[in-house]
Amino acid sequence: MFEWLHIAVPPAPLFFAQLLVGLINGAFYAMLSLGLAVIFGLLNIINFTHGAQYMLGAFCAWFLLNWAGIGYWPSLVIAPIIVGITGIGIERLLLRRIARLDHLYGLLLTFGLALIIEGIFRQQYGSSGLPYTIPPELQGARNLGFMFLPNYRAWVVVASLGVCLATWFVIERTRLGAYLRAATENPILVRAFGIDVPRMVTLTYGGGVALAALAGVMAAPIYQVSPLMGSNIIIVVFAVVVIGGMGSIFGAILSGFGLGLIEGLTKVFYPEASSTVIFVIMALVLLVKPAGLFGRTA
Amino acid sequence: MSRLAKLAIAAAVLGMAAGAQAQTTPDTIRVGVLADMSSLYADLGGPGSVEAAKMAVEDFGGSVLGKKVEVVSADHQNKPDVGSSIARQWFDQQNVQMITDLTTSSVALAVQEVAREKNKIIMITGAASSDLTGKNCAPTAIHYEYDTTALANGTGAEVVKAGGKTWFFITADYAFGHALQNDTASVVEANGGKVLGSVNVPLNSADFSSYLLQAQASKAQIIGLANAGGDTINSIKQAAEFGIVEGGQKLAALLLFLSDVHSLGLKTAQGLNLTESFYWDQDDQTRAWSKKFFDRTKKEPTMTQAGVYSATMHWLEAVKAANSIDGPTVIKQLKSKPINDFDIRNGHIQDDGSLVHDMFLYEVKKPSESKGEWDLYKLVATIPGAQAFKRPHGNECPAVKG
Repeated sequence: MFEWLHIAVPPAPLFFAQLLVGLINGAFYAMLSLGLAVIFGLLNIINFTHGAQYMLGAFCAWFLLNWAGIGYWPSLVIAPIIVGITGIGIERLLLRRIARLDHLYGLLLTFGLALIIEGIFRQQYGSSGLPYTIPPELQGARNLGFMFLPNYRAWVVVASLGVCLATWFVIERTRLGAYLRAATENPILVRAFGIDVPRMVTLTYGGGVALAALAGVMAAPIYQVSPLMGSNIIIVVFAVVVIGGMGSIFGAILSGFGLGLIEGLTKVFYPEASSTVIFVIMALVLLVKPAGLFGRTA
Repeated sequence: MSRLAKLAIAAAVLGMAAGAQAQTTPDTIRVGVLADMSSLYADLGGPGSVEAAKMAVEDFGGSVLGKKVEVVSADHQNKPDVGSSIARQWFDQQNVQMITDLTTSSVALAVQEVAREKNKIIMITGAASSDLTGKNCAPTAIHYEYDTTALANGTGAEVVKAGGKTWFFITADYAFGHALQNDTASVVEANGGKVLGSVNVPLNSADFSSYLLQAQASKAQIIGLANAGGDTINSIKQAAEFGIVEGGQKLAALLLFLSDVHSLGLKTAQGLNLTESFYWDQDDQTRAWSKKFFDRTKKEPTMTQAGVYSATMHWLEAVKAANSIDGPTVIKQLKSKPINDFDIRNGHIQDDGSLVHDMFLYEVKKPSESKGEWDLYKLVATIPGAQAFKRPHGNECPAVKG
């Protein structure tokens, strides 16, 4: 039916399989854009280092495995903590000094940091990447009838959904989240109530960074642990956050999964466009709704 | 603007000024290494190629025809426009007389046009597309190390003859991928096989799961990976995840470098067939040179890096013998003699610019067979040059066409 467009419509089982694969990619986009949205929404910092911190999470998992013999499951907890602490260091030493200035300075600073971190790792480890095996409990695949679903990828979808929902719950439904949101709107007033705002800001930045590192640990077994992995994904994640709305947690999660699906479909029908479709959508959304789909206009 | 910002901008401007290139003197001849220094192909050429070129210049003596020889390098970032503007600036302003490495076929093709315009020599050891010596051939360009024809006649023919008759290609969507797919498809069909389909993938993709699913659905016996570097590594890793091989299909990695296999690890890569022109552990000659390379870089050399040394050395020797740096004159000198060293065996440069030489079919060792970190290949067969570089459909280069 669509031959004149050179588009081949695949059979139904392959179609559902591609949707599932798109969902899995969407899980990574959602986790990463969640961290970015948390940092921007609550702290007004455009954190370009996010991709490098995702890469640091994966490398941390690799170091833990190869230098300390610590496997995947403990790394899921330890690596985000370690990278989160470095994030806290960055916030304390660098970001705090430019907090009063225009957003662009934060963007430039974090972008420069990302280049430095990536450059150091690339100098040391090359660009081809290092191997990290899937943990034995998650190896193998399940025959779903329409495709073989690798167990590890199923775990990624479930875990990232869990993490995203937990983060959303903490920010939107708990008292701590309420303090955070209040501190973003009016830090002076919140401080007057005796709440330590600078400490909350630091911990929130560390938390966002830890989310990126967690995504990195989960990505390590499927993509090579490579210094380039952050820069490859960060631009797409920024587009996802912009589409979802820069301040909206829920928007980031929804558009992460949604755009993963759309990218997956593009790979089926017109793969040559799969690296650009998300930006096309971003351009269209910005034309119609400049604050993003779920964003609140300032 | 705040004072701090003004200071910062002043510092940045001064910093940029300090980075300006040294003035060229006519007494220095330069060799340019134009490679991917920072992205998915950086490990197969990149900074290692720069070291190889420096080794060649040092071993030659550091000067030729009374002039000092210097190595300059730059990162083309896999972008043809960046590559060609660097090449143009090198040729015009920096007295660069020869450019080598040139990984990434689209960049090599663009730089070849600049070289054609200026009649300067390029010796390509990184890029693969057979169009470089086919319809785009240039009189001062030498395709030195390997090309897609040799890969197709090596890995492609071997796999078809071993029983892999039906193929599905996962192709990097640019000049190299298309050239490799076309050349391999020709060889497959010439040997009685059939191409069931293909999918074009943007360069430098991280996730191949969607394309592997399409390959699985095609039920082809062989999934041909017409990509390289980081793309090939990701394809092979993810194919293992999706149970491609357990499902009965086989992977044919049409272009695989030592750096890729080292990165994948023997557990994942074992049993893969690949065609290369150089392996560090093949014989005493290769081992002797590779040891010098390893001492400087702490990595064993890939065929592209070995090729940069070999090409630079032979170019310097040709300049000395021809007593000139003029492009066409040195090319004539290079074509007049066979090339035989640790990297190139039984080589002779043809009229279309391709250096026809022996290629080697290797198999990746099993983990149990390997005795060291870089002990990765075993030699399966030697493919003589005439067979390796034979084009089933003839050559469109005007220099060799009837």
